[in-house]
Amino acid sequence: MDTAVLNALNTARAELPRCDGKGLYHRGAPIIQVDNVSKRYANGTVALERARLEIWSGDFVTLIGPSGCGKSTLLRILSGLGAVTEGSIQWWGETTPVLERPDQKLAFVFQDPTLMPWARVFENVALPLELKGTLDRATIQRKVEEVLNLVGLGAFQQAYPRELSGGMQMRVSIARALVTEPNLMLMDEPFGALDEMTRNKLNDDLMRIQHERKLTVVFVTHSLHEAVYLSSRVVVMAARPGRVIAEVGIDAPFPRGTAFRLSAEYLQYMTRLSAALDAASRGEEIAP
Amino acid sequence: MKSPDISRNAARQVNWGSSKLPVLAIGVGLLAVWQLVVVALSLPVYVLPGPLDVLKALYADSDLLFTGLLFTLKVTVLAFAVAVLLGVAISFLLSQSRLLEQSVMPYMVILQVTPIVAIAPLIIIWVSNTFVALVTIASITALFPIVSNMTLGLRSVAPNLQSLFRIYRASNWQTLTRLKLKAALPYFFAGARISSGLALIGAVVAEFVAGTGGTQSGLAYIILESGVQLKVPRMFASLFLISLTGIVLFALMVFISNRVLGAWHESTVKTEH
Repeated sequence: MDTAVLNALNTARAELPRCDGKGLYHRGAPIIQVDNVSKRYANGTVALERARLEIWSGDFVTLIGPSGCGKSTLLRILSGLGAVTEGSIQWWGETTPVLERPDQKLAFVFQDPTLMPWARVFENVALPLELKGTLDRATIQRKVEEVLNLVGLGAFQQAYPRELSGGMQMRVSIARALVTEPNLMLMDEPFGALDEMTRNKLNDDLMRIQHERKLTVVFVTHSLHEAVYLSSRVVVMAARPGRVIAEVGIDAPFPRGTAFRLSAEYLQYMTRLSAALDAASRGEEIAP
Repeated sequence: MKSPDISRNAARQVNWGSSKLPVLAIGVGLLAVWQLVVVALSLPVYVLPGPLDVLKALYADSDLLFTGLLFTLKVTVLAFAVAVLLGVAISFLLSQSRLLEQSVMPYMVILQVTPIVAIAPLIIIWVSNTFVALVTIASITALFPIVSNMTLGLRSVAPNLQSLFRIYRASNWQTLTRLKLKAALPYFFAGARISSGLALIGAVVAEFVAGTGGTQSGLAYIILESGVQLKVPRMFASLFLISLTGIVLFALMVFISNRVLGAWHESTVKTEH
């Protein structure tokens, strides 16, 4: 076939939604490609071995697996905070670490709220914009108020973190992540320390915000419920050495609610993921 | 902004008022016992003067004592300021590298554990200006708590907060001023409380060693001079002023610390149960 025709065909193909083989359709190339990434520490511990992962724009990917399987390590590598020993990562088609690319906006939500205790809620949320130093005061004020209203904390701008409950502190942390309008949001067990009710409420809020803002999210959790409820795709990892053993697409429409939580479909996904996690804890490989 | 939705662990300032009364009662009681013992045993004033004799000396020698107080205070405050500036600067340097900290810290410890009375005569010889020599001695005495605490503070920033600053591409200067300095403040004030008292001790020791006379007479020299002249009530009056200065300095540091950290740090707020 003529090269020009082949190129034209490839371009046309790239513009069409395509199936990733796991029941999900994506448009264009993945924004992040993790290619056979391994991470070994100086003491010889293999935290991650030949991990492969692709993340498309608008994805909500959850990493799940037993403790020590390298979920948080992979997340730190995705953020550019952690270096890889082998393999490569492409962020938006380039191998330049995302932290060195001012054109790409990354946000990280840690397991603890990671707020500055000496700063009020407003100052905590405004931090990324102030560090950037390119926006005027009025714009910062508007953006901070907007995200605080989005997470339901518009009335608490002048509160100190210690005056807020754990759930409210986590909302501030999410607001700070959203204020930069990130291309990619990485969340490391953000709701792990919260009670069930607060957690469910924040799950709903996160899903609404992700849907409204078309966010790309990579989420780490120990909760199967959270993984199935929030995700478009769940990546199951096994420990010793940490590796990806399965990917499960959660093919249910967004936004989801109580009806989805009570559906047979939800139960099927839970059963499937539970079996995958059992296999992961035994260190077994799962056929795709 | 307060609201009923805010959790019940809302902070309130530590109230020192409720603890003042027992402190005052104990003080007055001890003074009364002291006066009674002196009167009951008919102790001569050159052996142990009563509190009333000390009070009389405070009034009678007020000019001399006030001049001495001003001089000692000047040395103390200047020495404390030097210790803070130098201590913070050294901490910044040490916090830049573990190797540097491990290399320098033993010498700081040596400087701290060597009795200042043993170094003071050398400094008096080396520094020709007596006032500068006194400030130098007091500064050395007050330096270590600032260096030790501030270095620890600069190293104790939560790792996730540091990662956050990296993710938001903060410059080194932004990380220092907006994160490390603020996170180290509670450690700094803990060191400053100790250091302020040590600056006073250093000033008094330096005066004893230097034995300055004339207009440069501090409270320590007044104690020395009064001892020779057997003016024991004046010695006690000087001692009282030194103690009072120490208490005021400590209270001042607590006040500043509460003002700066009051709204957010656990050490200065009380949790309601």
